[in-house]
Amino acid sequence: MSYRQLPGFVDEKEAFGETTVTVEPSRIRDACEYARDELGFRMLVDLVATDYLGWGSKGVSGYIGTASGRDLNLPSTQGLQTLPAVKPKRFSVSYHLLAQRDPAARVRLQCWLDDGEPVPSVVSVWPTADWHEREQYDLMGITFDGHPNLARLLMDDDWEGHPLRKDYPIGGEPVRFSDAE
Amino acid sequence: MTVAPEKPATYEGTRIPSPVPTTLALPESLRGSDDILRINFGPNHPSTHGVLRLILDLDGEQVVGLSAVIGYLHTGFEKTMETKTWWKCVTYPERIDYVGYQNNELTFVLAVEKLLALEVPEKATWMRMLLCELNRIHSHLIFLGTAALELGAVSMFWYCFRERELILDLSEMVTGQRMHTRYFQIGGLAEDIPEGFFPQCREFVEWMPHALDDYLTLLDRNKIWLERTKGIGLLSADDAVALGQTGPVARASGVDWDLRRDEPYLAYANVDFQVPVYSEGDVYARYRVRVDEMRESTRIVDQCLRRLERLKGRPWISDNRKVVLPPREELHTSMESLIHHFKIVTEGFRVPEGEVYVPIESPRGEQGCYLVSEGGPKPWRVHFRAPSFVALEATATCTHDALVADLIAIVGSLDAVMGDTDR
Repeated sequence: MSYRQLPGFVDEKEAFGETTVTVEPSRIRDACEYARDELGFRMLVDLVATDYLGWGSKGVSGYIGTASGRDLNLPSTQGLQTLPAVKPKRFSVSYHLLAQRDPAARVRLQCWLDDGEPVPSVVSVWPTADWHEREQYDLMGITFDGHPNLARLLMDDDWEGHPLRKDYPIGGEPVRFSDAE
Repeated sequence: MTVAPEKPATYEGTRIPSPVPTTLALPESLRGSDDILRINFGPNHPSTHGVLRLILDLDGEQVVGLSAVIGYLHTGFEKTMETKTWWKCVTYPERIDYVGYQNNELTFVLAVEKLLALEVPEKATWMRMLLCELNRIHSHLIFLGTAALELGAVSMFWYCFRERELILDLSEMVTGQRMHTRYFQIGGLAEDIPEGFFPQCREFVEWMPHALDDYLTLLDRNKIWLERTKGIGLLSADDAVALGQTGPVARASGVDWDLRRDEPYLAYANVDFQVPVYSEGDVYARYRVRVDEMRESTRIVDQCLRRLERLKGRPWISDNRKVVLPPREELHTSMESLIHHFKIVTEGFRVPEGEVYVPIESPRGEQGCYLVSEGGPKPWRVHFRAPSFVALEATATCTHDALVADLIAIVGSLDAVMGDTDR
């Protein structure tokens, strides 16, 4: 199946047997509607954002265990020699779609955002996106334009910051009760 | 014998509330009325199975407004896993959905293996399938026991926990742990299957169908049970798909979809089983789907057992030493094994760069694991598609015209595990 007719189509790639279609963020709602109505992807199974801040900046260390890793002719290549592919922007938002037919079809629509850049909400296309979008807003700080109730979902209403961002430290929660009040 | 009052089985059109699909807004005509009572249902109510909080607007016994508040069990698993090496992460998914733990562990392990393109021995595949099916029965038993308990059928709870105990004993025998086993490793299984497992598991397989008959005898002709479940908490097939429902909730609404059959993973393509589907879309149908699934799972366990008996003496974990820990005894004789062991434990192994999404059919529906790897020894991003999280989104739609007492049955029938919902 070709995804070229999707509104806002940017590119399409295959990896690990999965199809990822990059879409312009401003057209994502139209693309989702098209995928649902014309391509038969009636179900949104998952919506997930990823923060790529600092991606590839440290090099990659670790024990090279795979075919693509260590070059036996250059034993010293173990360690920091490879850098992962550059990402277009800081955040990716992935929409995992499922077509319940035989054979089953899955596709990942993906759009790329900078910090603070909004993306249209798809709640009007799939009601299930309601909590998914609220979760990503809460934990990752992605703004979904047109969401009917964009409030925090898992964290407290008065929580500061977005915990799944890479610049949010582990153990970064404010410690209450420790100040002399 | 017809005891339940005849109510419409499904409904026309959609009942998903608008504009917020997960909130039942108080009707305009009732706003400001003195008759409306706003109460907190949870987060510590026993029938919310954990820490679900529903804010209810009641008009007498009628639920006229509902909004769910979740997050009380949010423990930041996804963030924590970003700081652990891949092999250490295996412990976490089990604690997310702490009832369907074996299936959760499987999603993560399969996702890492997909990134690594790692081959898993046949024995490990079949044993994983066997344990996942036992775990499915375990999870459905907890559903059945607690859901019935909440509607007053107290003895069901003890019967279900009697069989659950048998499963936990089997689990203890194989893995050393009754729950949260960490038995699945990246590359295969932690240990070989002990000899005594086969006869004891066979006993269980022979007993379970009788236990299921017992359950049906207790519940399926019970007037109170039928009246409180039939026609309650309706969800149509179209609404189920729009709300992303999978697993027993979707199959009870007539969505004929099971990943084990439609996108087979492990060796599900090589076993014979049926997918129970009911079209009523009510609490009763969800209960029936789960009871029937237990029967089918028992059949799968039986087939796995036959297959595993022929695989005795075969390897249970991959021999790729760059990823899998070497056997203990080799550490005393082989320098390479010692190095591999040291490197894997301290630094962790690298996983190729990329992103994958691996779905499986957990007891609650589609359990997905989304992984992003930078190519390093730790995950860049881990995300779980939690079926409980999605199931609770349907609460508002199912609560159409419901009474408070029905709400208990509805929340029970969606079978959400709050650890899975809040992660």
